[in-house]
Amino acid sequence: MDVRIDNVRKEFDRFAALNDVSLDIRSGELIALLGPSGSGKTTLLRLIAGLDFPTSGAIYFGDEEASRKTVQERNIGFVFQHYALFRHMTVAENIGFGLKVRPSATRPPRSEIRRRASELLDLVQLSGLEGRYPSQLSGGQRQRVALARALAIEPRVLLLDEPFGALDAQVRRELRRWLREIHDSTGHTTVFVTHDQEEALELADRVVVMSQGGIEQVGTPDQIYDDPTSPFVYGFIGDSSELPVKVENGQVWLEDRAIGLDASGVSDGEALLYFRPHDIELLDGCGGCVAGTVAASRRVAGMRRVELEVGGSRHRVELELPTEQAAAEKSRIAFRPKRWKLFPIAGRSGAHLPRAA
Amino acid sequence: MSLAATSATRWQWKQPSVIPGFGLTFGFAIFYLSLIVLIPLAGVGWRSASLGWAEFWRLALDPRLLAALRTSFWTSFVAAAINAVFGVLVAWVLVRYNFPGRRIVDAAVDLPFALPTAVAGIALTAIYAPNGMLGSFFQPYGIRIAYSPIGIVIALVFISLPFMVRTVQPVMEEISREVEEAAATLGASRFQTVFRVILPGLTPAILTGFALAFGRAVGEYGSVIFIAGNIPYVSEIAPLLIYIRLEEFNYPAATAIGAIMLILAFIVLLTINLIQAWSRRRFGYGI
Repeated sequence: MDVRIDNVRKEFDRFAALNDVSLDIRSGELIALLGPSGSGKTTLLRLIAGLDFPTSGAIYFGDEEASRKTVQERNIGFVFQHYALFRHMTVAENIGFGLKVRPSATRPPRSEIRRRASELLDLVQLSGLEGRYPSQLSGGQRQRVALARALAIEPRVLLLDEPFGALDAQVRRELRRWLREIHDSTGHTTVFVTHDQEEALELADRVVVMSQGGIEQVGTPDQIYDDPTSPFVYGFIGDSSELPVKVENGQVWLEDRAIGLDASGVSDGEALLYFRPHDIELLDGCGGCVAGTVAASRRVAGMRRVELEVGGSRHRVELELPTEQAAAEKSRIAFRPKRWKLFPIAGRSGAHLPRAA
Repeated sequence: MSLAATSATRWQWKQPSVIPGFGLTFGFAIFYLSLIVLIPLAGVGWRSASLGWAEFWRLALDPRLLAALRTSFWTSFVAAAINAVFGVLVAWVLVRYNFPGRRIVDAAVDLPFALPTAVAGIALTAIYAPNGMLGSFFQPYGIRIAYSPIGIVIALVFISLPFMVRTVQPVMEEISREVEEAAATLGASRFQTVFRVILPGLTPAILTGFALAFGRAVGEYGSVIFIAGNIPYVSEIAPLLIYIRLEEFNYPAATAIGAIMLILAFIVLLTINLIQAWSRRRFGYGI
């Protein structure tokens, strides 16, 4: 089922939680809504579900407009962060609930409900636990039951709100892989909300990065990571370092020296230079490069993370160096980013130009 | 016989625990319970036991007493049942909706706790008497509210309301919105959500509230005697009968009635407690 979100706006007490958001979700896609808290990702998910209604704009399921339909009519599956299982029902009763509450004309017979419940328990690898109550299950098991319950009604769209947020790291990784497998075998259009970029990048076909009630960028994990289109995405996804620079005559200048990056086509003015701390080349001498003094150096797993003070303003940038690279404090290091991007400082003229060396 | 071996297998009164002070607090709890509850109750039992079986049975099977006991327990049961419905509704409104004056309504629920019950009884009588504000509406239809068992039920509903509301309220607050939303996403109508999801979850709390309200109502004296009319065999409650016997200096009869009420109340409360323990295991929401 395609889902189309068309210029949706949502206000809570005059505060705009979502600002004219548009998004196309393709049928069968696994899509992540990623953003810091307060970015509007959960609001968007609840609007798709019908748990809230947009202030303006429309949501389409396929060709039919869904935004004025009630949550019951939309036939979606929703998984909550804190499971929201029915405590007084067994696992099997929880899973069968969505079928049992159907009007008698469309309600499957009792035996069929039981059969489907045990089928779904197989799918979520919890067979044999039909008779347990939610309080007798671990967090990871509860979330699997919640997913089975959502799948039982054969939803047109599956929506998950920070589904692994309340679980510990080990279980989280395991469930992530397992959700991907389930998605691939059932083929539901799936939207999940997360603030964990690792989760979004690893799991999703496409990632929607959100900030302050708007969509910053939509793309595959590769596009999002390798080709961020805004300073926010660059800073939010993965590690990044930034340097205030000046563009003049197709050259990038750090204070009074050109640093050897070709910025032809970029109009003159002040800009921010973004690069990944590991995407750099170290240089011996320094004719056209960035040079700085090591201010701090830490060993992190298989590499060394170095903070460098650059230029007269002592702006700090972070680099990741191989462990064999000496980086004593006060020693000088010269480098040049291999992949980088310029974003003109707001208010100044000039379009940004993505660049790769 | 080594000490380690015995302590490993022997049943232990005191489980090893990181929370110290079991002996002290347990001792105090027993002492306190004895002083406040058990010794006075044992006194009732002992006094009535001194009557001898024959005399006890003669007093117990007095038709007037049986009628009074029936009135007491029956009206208390009805009052607790009414509160189980409307008290839960009050709690629901207080928990789920935000409206101007909610705090005031919330505070008003506790008034029956604080108000001297005689005041409540007199006020209710004034309103429901045949010439009272509400009573006069029913009078033409031949329905008497004050001076009849209906009046007793109304007084008991009044005094036991806070027990139900205050028991159910915190548990209701604990049921998260998400559970209701989950039911809605699964296609359940509002009606189905309330009756299949919310109320079953509240059952243990409602039973607890029922037991408390019932217990309070059975023992109630102050408010009932004003509104009941106290007609023997019709609207006379057992606590009043005790008082009457005391005024007649018939102490053995008074203690016998006390002992019988004690036993009956204990049986009822124990039964409710057992049902409740079962439903808590079954439904999960504790109280």
